[in-house]
Amino acid sequence: MALADLTFSRTLKQTNKRIPSFPRLGRAHVLPLVVPVTLIALWQLGSSTGFISDRIMPSPVAVTQAFWSEAASGDLGHNILVSAGRALAGLLVGGTIGFLLGIINGVSKLSEQLTDTTLQMIRTIPHLALIPLVILWFGIGEEAKLFLTSLGVLFPIYLNTYHGVRNVDRDLLEMGRIYGMSRWSLFRKVIFPGALPSIFVGLRYALGIMWLTLIVSESIAASSGLGYMANNAREFMMTDVVVLALVIYALLGKLADVIARRLEGWTLSWNAAYQK
Amino acid sequence: MSLHIHERPARSPYSSSTHGATRPDAASTTTQAVSLHLRGVEKRFGDNQVLRGIDLDIEAGQFVAIVGKSGCGKSTLLRLLVGLDQHTGGDISFHDEYGNSAKADARIVFQEPRLLPWFNVAKNVAVGLGEGIDKDEARTKALAALWEVHLRNKAEEWPSQLSGGQRQRVALARALVSRPGLLVLDEPLGALDALTRISMQTLIARVWRELGFTAVLVTHDVSEAVHLADRVIVLGEGRISLDLSIPQPHSRKHGDAELAELEGQLLEAILKDR
Ligand SMILES: Nc1ncnc2c1ncn2[C@@H]1O[C@H](COP(=O)(O)OP(=O)(O)OP(=O)(O)O)[C@@H](O)[C@H]1O
Ligand SMILES: [Mg+2]
Repeated sequence: MALADLTFSRTLKQTNKRIPSFPRLGRAHVLPLVVPVTLIALWQLGSSTGFISDRIMPSPVAVTQAFWSEAASGDLGHNILVSAGRALAGLLVGGTIGFLLGIINGVSKLSEQLTDTTLQMIRTIPHLALIPLVILWFGIGEEAKLFLTSLGVLFPIYLNTYHGVRNVDRDLLEMGRIYGMSRWSLFRKVIFPGALPSIFVGLRYALGIMWLTLIVSESIAASSGLGYMANNAREFMMTDVVVLALVIYALLGKLADVIARRLEGWTLSWNAAYQK
Repeated sequence: MSLHIHERPARSPYSSSTHGATRPDAASTTTQAVSLHLRGVEKRFGDNQVLRGIDLDIEAGQFVAIVGKSGCGKSTLLRLLVGLDQHTGGDISFHDEYGNSAKADARIVFQEPRLLPWFNVAKNVAVGLGEGIDKDEARTKALAALWEVHLRNKAEEWPSQLSGGQRQRVALARALVSRPGLLVLDEPLGALDALTRISMQTLIARVWRELGFTAVLVTHDVSEAVHLADRVIVLGEGRISLDLSIPQPHSRKHGDAELAELEGQLLEAILKDR
């Protein structure tokens, strides 16, 4: 109760006198926090008054305590690193394959005719449905999770890269031809930058799928990582750790999105839509 | 269908008075203008015969305007001239000023500037220099070309930060930075407002005088044609229906009575081809 009150009232205070003491903390920074902070305050209020049972949903304070104890033992840090490593590896492998396929199929009619139909067919299979098969193939080792995450990430990146390349302005391509650009220059100066906004859409979509796949595959077949931590805690009825894992997933997801946005804003600074 | 051959004005040395600053050296390499020779040029798209035998000679350094109704094949002709499409009949050749057959280093400016939005203005102009050129040299030349179109101070901006007229000037700088022997313009001012159009006409007339390339301009605006060109060609039904010389010296005034008379003649010719 005390903690929640404190957080809430401090936010209000900052809003009131932001000009003298927090010159850079404007409305834009404070407004997005209002809803989550209020929700947490209500949640804490519900738990403290006994309205929400601890066995169903631990209070924010309990989750914070779980955070401290898990962090102190070093388990949490380890699990986060393991999960983040898996996520990144999957993104790298699946993203690279999807990107290359998207570029090649966008540029080459022959390659497109050869592979696009097949890719579109595979795409319609929910990749998580492959879990039983993947466990049979790879056991529950790292390969299984890498395979699933890569597969999940591949398609959004492929589709959006392909779409981006196909929609590059014809007039600009013709301009490149008039000015004698080589195939490589045409790719580097016209096709790739033209497809980039669409590729970023694919990337951000892929990030979501990446976390989803990882959580599912870690809860089913893993001996470390956040999904394992949550699933393990469930067996011991440690709801606070389960909720802690969820919160950390949310934070990691947000972090990935923020990084992608930054990257986007930085590489697309030419685009009026990204200019401040 | 007269064909006056009249004196080109001597290429004026770059006078600092018109620009208000000393001209950068890098851009002062002169142009090797080419002459164009078309013999019975035809173009068909499937069953649609767009050009039905064009015979046309354009001297090196001449400014020719082409007018005609929408869809009569003006753009098609221009695309043949710069090698963007292949003609289906006849022959197109280029000669240098000594009468030797030459490769046409032709450039084209379209109604849309076609700038790369992800390159700043200077880099967009440098695209006009082609491949394999030293970076510093490319930049120097690009800046010099920008200076010619009065946009030296916009070199670092994104195209999206420019006005339509400024973008078209960047496109012009990009086309001219390699000093082409032939510059082809397909309604380059069609999307601009009347005032910007007039100042762009002055700009085009000036760079043409200074650099001496051969110019072929397609326009919907008969007065623009009469104002800029040595010679106006009317295209109708896939053939040249009128070839009119404009004998007046360049630097013509808007609203000149003799020019207005020629304009009338041209309009009549265009409307006659139904
Ligand atoms: N790539 C193409 N394929 C098929 N037909 C074409 C193609 N390009 C042009 N045409 C046809 O050629 C004819 C002339 O077109 P063109 O673009 O040269 O006209 P234009 O004189 O430039 O017209 P406008 O003044 O409207 O620009 C039109 O009938 C058009 O349909
Ligand atoms: Mg046209």
